[in-house]
Amino acid sequence: MKKGLQRLALGTLGLLAGLGAAQAEDLKIGMITTLSGGGSSLGIDVRDGFLLAVKQSGAQDVEVMVEDDARKPDLAKQIADKFIQRDKVDILTGIIWSNLAMAVVPSTVRQDIFYISPNAGPSALAGKGCHENYFNVAWQNDNLHEAMGGYVQANGFKKPYILAPNYPAGKDALTGFKRYYQGDLAGETYTKLGQKDYAAEIAQIREAKPDSIFFFLPGGMGIAFMKQYAQAGIDAPVFGPAFSFDQGILKAVGDAALGVKNTSQWSKDIDNPANKAFVAAFQAEYDRLPSLYASQGYDAANLILAAKAKAGGTGDKAAFRAALEQADFASVRGAFKFASNHHPVQDIYVREVVKEGDVLTNKIVGVGLAGHANAYVGDCKM
Amino acid sequence: MSTAAIRALPRETLVNAVLALALLAAPLIAQMLDEPFYVSLATRVAILALAGVGLNLALGYGGMVSFGHAAFFGLGGYVAGITALHAFEGSDFMTWPWSVGGSDQLLVVWSVAAVVVALVALAIGAISLRTSGVYFIMITLAFAQMIYYLAISLPTYGGEDGLSIYLRNQLPLGDSNDPLTFFFVCYGLLLAALFLSARLVAAPFGVALQCARMNETRLATSGIAPFPVKLTAFVISAVITGIAGALFADLNGFVGPSMLSWHRSGEIMIFVILGGVGRLFAPLAGAALFILLESLIGGMTDRWQLFLGIMLLAVVLFARGGLIGLLAGKVRHD
Amino acid sequence: MSVAFLIEQLLNGVQFGVMLFLMAAGLTLVFGVMGLINLAHGSLFMLGAFFCSWIAEISGSFWLGLGGGFLAAAAAGALIEIAVIRRLYDRDHLDQVLATFALILIFSEVVRWVFGDQPLYLDIPPLLSGALPLPGGGGYPVYRMAIIFAGLVTALGLYLLIAKTRLGMRIRAGESDREMIGALGVDIRTLYTAVFALGAALAGLAGGLVGALQSVQVGMGEPVLILAFVVIVIGGIGSVKGALVGSVLVGLTDTLGRVFLPQAFKLLLPASEAATVGSALASVAIYLLMAVVLAWRPKGLFPVNA
Repeated sequence: MKKGLQRLALGTLGLLAGLGAAQAEDLKIGMITTLSGGGSSLGIDVRDGFLLAVKQSGAQDVEVMVEDDARKPDLAKQIADKFIQRDKVDILTGIIWSNLAMAVVPSTVRQDIFYISPNAGPSALAGKGCHENYFNVAWQNDNLHEAMGGYVQANGFKKPYILAPNYPAGKDALTGFKRYYQGDLAGETYTKLGQKDYAAEIAQIREAKPDSIFFFLPGGMGIAFMKQYAQAGIDAPVFGPAFSFDQGILKAVGDAALGVKNTSQWSKDIDNPANKAFVAAFQAEYDRLPSLYASQGYDAANLILAAKAKAGGTGDKAAFRAALEQADFASVRGAFKFASNHHPVQDIYVREVVKEGDVLTNKIVGVGLAGHANAYVGDCKM
Repeated sequence: MSTAAIRALPRETLVNAVLALALLAAPLIAQMLDEPFYVSLATRVAILALAGVGLNLALGYGGMVSFGHAAFFGLGGYVAGITALHAFEGSDFMTWPWSVGGSDQLLVVWSVAAVVVALVALAIGAISLRTSGVYFIMITLAFAQMIYYLAISLPTYGGEDGLSIYLRNQLPLGDSNDPLTFFFVCYGLLLAALFLSARLVAAPFGVALQCARMNETRLATSGIAPFPVKLTAFVISAVITGIAGALFADLNGFVGPSMLSWHRSGEIMIFVILGGVGRLFAPLAGAALFILLESLIGGMTDRWQLFLGIMLLAVVLFARGGLIGLLAGKVRHD
Repeated sequence: MSVAFLIEQLLNGVQFGVMLFLMAAGLTLVFGVMGLINLAHGSLFMLGAFFCSWIAEISGSFWLGLGGGFLAAAAAGALIEIAVIRRLYDRDHLDQVLATFALILIFSEVVRWVFGDQPLYLDIPPLLSGALPLPGGGGYPVYRMAIIFAGLVTALGLYLLIAKTRLGMRIRAGESDREMIGALGVDIRTLYTAVFALGAALAGLAGGLVGALQSVQVGMGEPVLILAFVVIVIGGIGSVKGALVGSVLVGLTDTLGRVFLPQAFKLLLPASEAATVGSALASVAIYLLMAVVLAWRPKGLFPVNA
């Protein structure tokens, strides 16, 4: 918490001009995110994007407290308790992983605290378990997979081989893909979560002779798969969601990623003023290219700030909620609105991995699904 | 027993009493100051200490270094989560050969958790106790990993996402949703488990168990087979840890595979070591220290695991009596 | 199912096993000679991969990186042996488990501090890229073949070292009677440091080799560590021969389980359920193997009387 205070104090130092952080705070935001151990680069990007937006706004009456959940659900829950009970926050945000979100979100929103998700969007919270105080700025977890399913179908592939880890997000991924790709499959494989050697699966892919590959293997799993696939001498093109091809991870995948098509709701070359300003400001502030996750953190903060301005703080919860629902802010994705279950309705782009000079990055080559919401809107009784 | 040891005895008892009272006082003061967060923090300490008390019985007294107690902790948690889910949905856990529904009664949940954990521990113990030393450490780890991967990959109860418990399981008297009441429940169970441990250790069974740790052959020649003694202790130990898991699930309103991970086994072990191996109140001292450090240093830096590592290393290398050893002087036995 | 497919999967199993052997050999040597159980072995694997990747990035040469990773892990091994491990030899296994668990936490955070949070990049050297043709069609990556070769050479080297050299004689003496070799005037402290550094170097080598196939990131050592423990427990802790047999057994079980269990369940269940249940069982197959072996032979396949 002190770290968060310190960070914010540093960020707003110029504006506060020596007043310090001691004055009364109007809006308290608790950010629980993964800053240590595996997967910390995602949490760090979300945090940096979020704090950048708060800093740019110059708001003096916003306090952001940041704590590390070390990717442990019970630690996340403990921090949430602390933020809510001791620090009396108005809003929680920041969680990267679905299993941590499932531990924190249901009890948080029931205590009449808002939860604004900058990443995790499990189907359980979009359908039957939706809640008026829960908003997801990023996506419903199935979105990118659905868009890729649609793109693969539209581009005339007849025999994709699909694989994902054997856990809920992996199953949602393949189900999402098949929701929009309705042809035959060359094969469907679930791998062990955390597996790093795909020799056996790649041999099965070779045996099945697919015309394309779709995979969802987040983090180190995807890096390993891409490097090993590149060595296998199979020429079926690879498709996947952005996770294995985003800015932070591309360098580790290396040239094996060149030419891969991936789906994302954001890209640094989306042509609108908000995005241009974001990319430039992020690079100036942190000296690296922003990632998808940074854009989500940035949008989450701007959504909150816009709603605060409109409703005059969170004092009137109904007014604040209504302001959040209107989502009247300049998203880096361009047009942005919420579906009735508080998940985005947005364009999902198809990007291709290219080289700009020596740096691997993405450029948009098409739209997978335009104005896409999610499959759970009907299940949400709100 | 040497004279130094005799002098150390009452001092340890004093330290124990201070620890127990401090844990009781903390949430009461927090409640008065209107700081409910510290009530739940104290509850967390009590629950994790209870898990440690379970492990301490096997590890501290029986010399069975189980690296798989997270399996029992997590199973207890899953029993609480699954029964609550079925009670919430009004659905059946199984329909064949007879219909079994869920329950939201804590007493029922505890009993089911105890029985399930006891059966699993009996099976794991019966195989694992055929081995000893490093083999025992590793085979308990392997069994825990098996349960962990099954929990992640089988979708019925949430897989890696885990299960949310929307309504905390209920007590026959009192409101378990009231943080202070729930703390008293956990605290009471902790004291009961400590009392049970103390009685067990002092009873002939405990003497046989400690004898089995130090010299199995000698125990065998005195006409007591070591295997049943150790297996019984292992099962009791697992059940205590399992009940702690059920409470932990209710506290967090959530259960997931992370309760079963091998890091969790390591953490429960750390409580016992930080407190001081073979000391009755070691798990309480260790869990309190761990949680305090986690929330203090964790609030200040993302690198708190580094400090945890350094401290743990220092305790193992230089302060073998752990926290209680530092406060109360030398170990009673060995 | 073609013959080439079967051959390829068998090779995959062997390759996975041989990689595990590089890890398991160090673990089992250290246990055999010093009676120490070292959880931080996975951290040395990680260290090897990070240094390999870092040096390869600077120098542009994978081979320099691999050598650097090997040496860095050996140096780190010697360092922690002198600073920490040495104090643990006459402690019980519990103390050893906890102290080395603490080392994992320390290593992970320090590596993250030094190298940052993003995974590092390490590519296969051009010499070993591409695929070899297999009989019956298909191909097998040259690099994986090279790992099999490196592992077998290491196994042979270890055998020669232990059976034929002076150091090996002392290692064997140390395994059978620790007090005795001290009494014979062997500098036991240096011997222990050397053995520990050797084990660490093998882990670092494995880290560098695997880093080019997978991702170089913090925490990459832990899953491999647990597998290596399964291997040495199955093989008999302290036995290098056991480690070799155990690792190939584990490699084959894991690979073939992943391939054939989901297919076997397709005979009984609908396709998507079969995939789920089959892969769930495949992910625990090696632990089942270990439980069965230990229930049958509580001291592993090649028990060592240490």
